[in-house]
Amino acid sequence: MLNFDHAASTPVHPDVIRTISEVTEAHSGNPSSIHRGGQAASRLLERSREVCAAALGVQSAEIVFTSGATESNNLAVKGMLLGRVDGRRHIVTTQIEHASVYESCRQLESFGFEVTYVAPEADGTVRPERILGAVRKDTALVSVIHVNNETGAVQPVEEIGRQLKRRDARVRFHVDGVQGFGRLALGLNAAGIDLYSLSAHKIGGPRGVGLLVVRSGVRLFPLISGGTQESGLRAGTENVPSIVGAAKAFRLAAEGQPERAERMNLLREYAVREVRKHKALTLTEPAHPAPHIVHFTFPGLKSQVILHTLEELGVLVSAQSACSAKTEKPSRVLEAMGRDRAHATSGIRFSLGDGHTQEEIRLLSEALEQAVSRLAPFEGRKR
Amino acid sequence: MKKYDYLLLRFGELTLKGRNRAKFEKAAVEHVRALLRPYPEAKVRREFGRIYVDPGSGQAETLIPVLQNVFGMTSMSPVRAVKPELDEIIRAAGELLEAMELKRETTFKTNVRRVWKDFPHSSQESNPLIASPLLKRFPLLKVDVREPELELRIEIRDQFAYVYGEVIPGAGGFPLGTNGKALLLLSGGIDSPVAGWSALRRGLEVECIHFHSYPFTSEKAKEKVVDLAQALAEYAGKIRLHIVPFTEVQTSFTQMGQDNLMITLMRRAMLRIATKVAEREKALALITGESLGQVASQTLPSMNVIERATELPILRPLVMTDKDEIIRLSRRIGTYDISILPYEDCCTLFVPKSPTTNPNLRIVNKVEAVTPNLERLIEEAADGTETIELFAGGSRSRSNQEGEESPANPDWF
Repeated sequence: MLNFDHAASTPVHPDVIRTISEVTEAHSGNPSSIHRGGQAASRLLERSREVCAAALGVQSAEIVFTSGATESNNLAVKGMLLGRVDGRRHIVTTQIEHASVYESCRQLESFGFEVTYVAPEADGTVRPERILGAVRKDTALVSVIHVNNETGAVQPVEEIGRQLKRRDARVRFHVDGVQGFGRLALGLNAAGIDLYSLSAHKIGGPRGVGLLVVRSGVRLFPLISGGTQESGLRAGTENVPSIVGAAKAFRLAAEGQPERAERMNLLREYAVREVRKHKALTLTEPAHPAPHIVHFTFPGLKSQVILHTLEELGVLVSAQSACSAKTEKPSRVLEAMGRDRAHATSGIRFSLGDGHTQEEIRLLSEALEQAVSRLAPFEGRKR
Repeated sequence: MKKYDYLLLRFGELTLKGRNRAKFEKAAVEHVRALLRPYPEAKVRREFGRIYVDPGSGQAETLIPVLQNVFGMTSMSPVRAVKPELDEIIRAAGELLEAMELKRETTFKTNVRRVWKDFPHSSQESNPLIASPLLKRFPLLKVDVREPELELRIEIRDQFAYVYGEVIPGAGGFPLGTNGKALLLLSGGIDSPVAGWSALRRGLEVECIHFHSYPFTSEKAKEKVVDLAQALAEYAGKIRLHIVPFTEVQTSFTQMGQDNLMITLMRRAMLRIATKVAEREKALALITGESLGQVASQTLPSMNVIERATELPILRPLVMTDKDEIIRLSRRIGTYDISILPYEDCCTLFVPKSPTTNPNLRIVNKVEAVTPNLERLIEEAADGTETIELFAGGSRSRSNQEGEESPANPDWF
């Protein structure tokens, strides 16, 4: 099987697996216990925090470990609005956020908060001026995804952050960095980012660990109560072995970023050329594509049909994002980009990982060719 | 691409004159090497009273904040090294000016020194040849040969021409350890780490001593002090931390029915133990973070009675400094956030609501004379000291303690 679904989850780095296994064996203490066993675990946790902070260019006290980016996004969005004491009750976000930001906003709306969902341009990129134009006097938070998980469109978060801070420094800026981290360079300071969500399993770490960078001075209302862990922002015994492993994965991802981006861009260009060869396929072409995502639509067919055909041919890909792949609804993101129903229901995403080679892209394009010729006769017919 | 090829470190005139010059320079080089231990690629070279640091394949910029902690260094400059050709020199100078991102009109001059006499232009001729294309390219530059804000220096040698302009201030003071060794009483508070940093900056080699009253004070309190000593090690390159088991001594005073003298008795015992450790470690003074009038033990009458417990000089770098200023320094040196962690240290244990600010020496002497086994307990505490060595960049080694179970493996991260 060829796995071209790394944006859903990457294989865990072998060194990370070893770390997790060794820490699990050697340290079973609860970091909150004040005896030696607990303190040893606590030191591992704090060292992990330092490693993550160094990888991100922030202070260790600004790192909050979570169960993953979904939780980080929930905490950033809901925690910010619920924790706000200055009466600001408005959020600006985009129509192309990950469901964890989008649904958090919907929940807040049901509690009477107000949300503006800014539409992207046809290429999947949101223009900074449209975000800024939606900011009001009572805006508490602007939340923008760095790289859209479906189309791979890179959003101008640096520009948005700079302009936002110039306009009103009291509006907090959250960036969902899940797909961008380790693939693109992003300076949190220069981009004026107050809150930044990451997930370990998208960059060679374990599932079940993420983090939220909460810059010093930013106040959040904790969503999980019952303990003082993570500066009181997230109660519950920390998952020490996985956090230590995740710290290693974050460090490796940050260190390898420039080289990874260069390598993936070459592979991506190759895959894009192959997709372009097929008239039946419509390549999604963001102004700035992320190095690891290729997205296209096959109007007239359902995403699932294409996905399973490719699966039979030995290639794993994704329809929409993994988190919403099980629904048959048209893609919310593609609809926001103005795609009609035929396109919005037939999106397919290839996503690249660290191990991929030119040869594998060649096999991928062979499979794609077979799939297209197998499916072309059914185009436009009902199922 | 590398923006700079070297960092040039300058040392004050003070340290470079007289018979001590060689000693000072050697100490400064050693300090630089210790601080660069986490950067094994960096190479250090000493030349004509200056130190050059070659970052290897790393970026010179990342070393700047590290090297700003070299004590005795007055300033440093990032240097470009290029072929000794006019075009190359002008290009390097242009790149340096670009990196400075001039925001307003800046007066400047070039200062060319031709050491390699085969270079086709004399020092005098070279100045306008280099300056005029730069003036054309950077309209914010205005020439002022008397008092320029920016002096672009160019040193032409046969292998390379060195070009530099930016001057970054250093920590000042004296090279580390050139004024001898002293022992710092390190509590978990805000003041003592600042006192330690001030002493380091003034050229003292500092070892730390901490009094631990386990289980009345927690492992966390001890860990906090280790972190503070680690923060000092980031400046010193290496810090030895002596942790004294203080429980027996401290609890012995609680039996004496003299609670209002508790702090005085405790501080005097600390000085006695510290004196023994200082003698063992060949330290010639004790350092404290005391600041006059701050708490009961830091009033002048208290200091007077407490200080008599030792014959060593007590250095108090912060004695006349206001709290606000101490806090500002502690933030700057990065110890504040550790100091404010809420773990109780032994100084606040068994302390009465209103401790005396004016202890009576005669009574103190009497109480000490009748405290059972005090001399022996002090001896035992000094002998039972655990010593931890902390190094810049985070590694540590321990002595006098049974090994911690399953220590963290650095490979895990």
